[in-house]
Amino acid sequence: MLKANELKIGDTYSEVLVEDLKRTQIVQYAGASGDYNPLHTDEIFTTKIAGYPTVFAHGMLTMGMTGRMVTNYVGDGTLKKYGVRFTSQVWPGDTLTSVATVTEIREEKGENLIDLEIVTTNQDGVAVVTGTATAKIDS
Amino acid sequence: MAINKFLIEASHIMMFARSIGDDNPVYYDEEYKSESGCEGIIAPPTFAQSSAQFDPNYFLRPKTGGEGWFGSGKEPTGLKPSSGGSGGGGEVGASGGLHAEQHFEYHLPLKAGDVLTATTKPGNTWEKESKRAGKLKFSESVTEYRNQDGDLVITATGVGVQTERPVDS
Repeated sequence: MLKANELKIGDTYSEVLVEDLKRTQIVQYAGASGDYNPLHTDEIFTTKIAGYPTVFAHGMLTMGMTGRMVTNYVGDGTLKKYGVRFTSQVWPGDTLTSVATVTEIREEKGENLIDLEIVTTNQDGVAVVTGTATAKIDS
Repeated sequence: MAINKFLIEASHIMMFARSIGDDNPVYYDEEYKSESGCEGIIAPPTFAQSSAQFDPNYFLRPKTGGEGWFGSGKEPTGLKPSSGGSGGGGEVGASGGLHAEQHFEYHLPLKAGDVLTATTKPGNTWEKESKRAGKLKFSESVTEYRNQDGDLVITATGVGVQTERPVDS
């Protein structure tokens, strides 16, 4: 668990979420989450019917991988809030990097909290997910 | 959407964690005690999304036998061209259309062995003009997940967006 006296606004933590995202990982996510939308796993439907160049990742897969970076930083079971906006599609072959930046260290109802700003970008520097999180910290 | 029984199972958590590339032992090893004091298997922050598995009418899962499914088989889509399907693309999200945003609020830890219920209500709606896709209609849906004791565990807010025309990709 993070400690308030060891943190300052502007601190950052980052991780590479995935290198060269494989279609099989997207299939794994479809199976685990139960979202079988063919746009994520069915190349023929996605190219011939939907008109995309290939299948693409569930937004929630990117949110899930980004969440892994967040929990690796703030610790297990400490999250109070986690929210994102899906800003661009994630394709097979993408390499994603995610950064959390400390925007606030505060106390609310007797709890010590940290606010984070989150951005996940692809290999071209395009943001695919942006968001915020709040987690409990030690005093 | 209403889900009467969302079983939080250790093997489902393990598979979900694998799919997001997370090998943290807190998601599969019940003996593991994490630095932050978590004991037993807990679920990753976005796990509530997999409640779709427990929604009997979830429309993004083929029905038994595959009838009416819009993915490819002999033909590129199982639907007849006249029926529209989801051609034109975009990711089908929480309230139809594209999935624009997702927010979770955590009230209690989600643990293997919990049994949740989920109820979804519509939230706010708003509109925005966009150069790439015309008029955008946003709509929120708010899902409350409660545990076997009736306590609120997670509040999930999804934002879907309907576009006037397909987004240029």
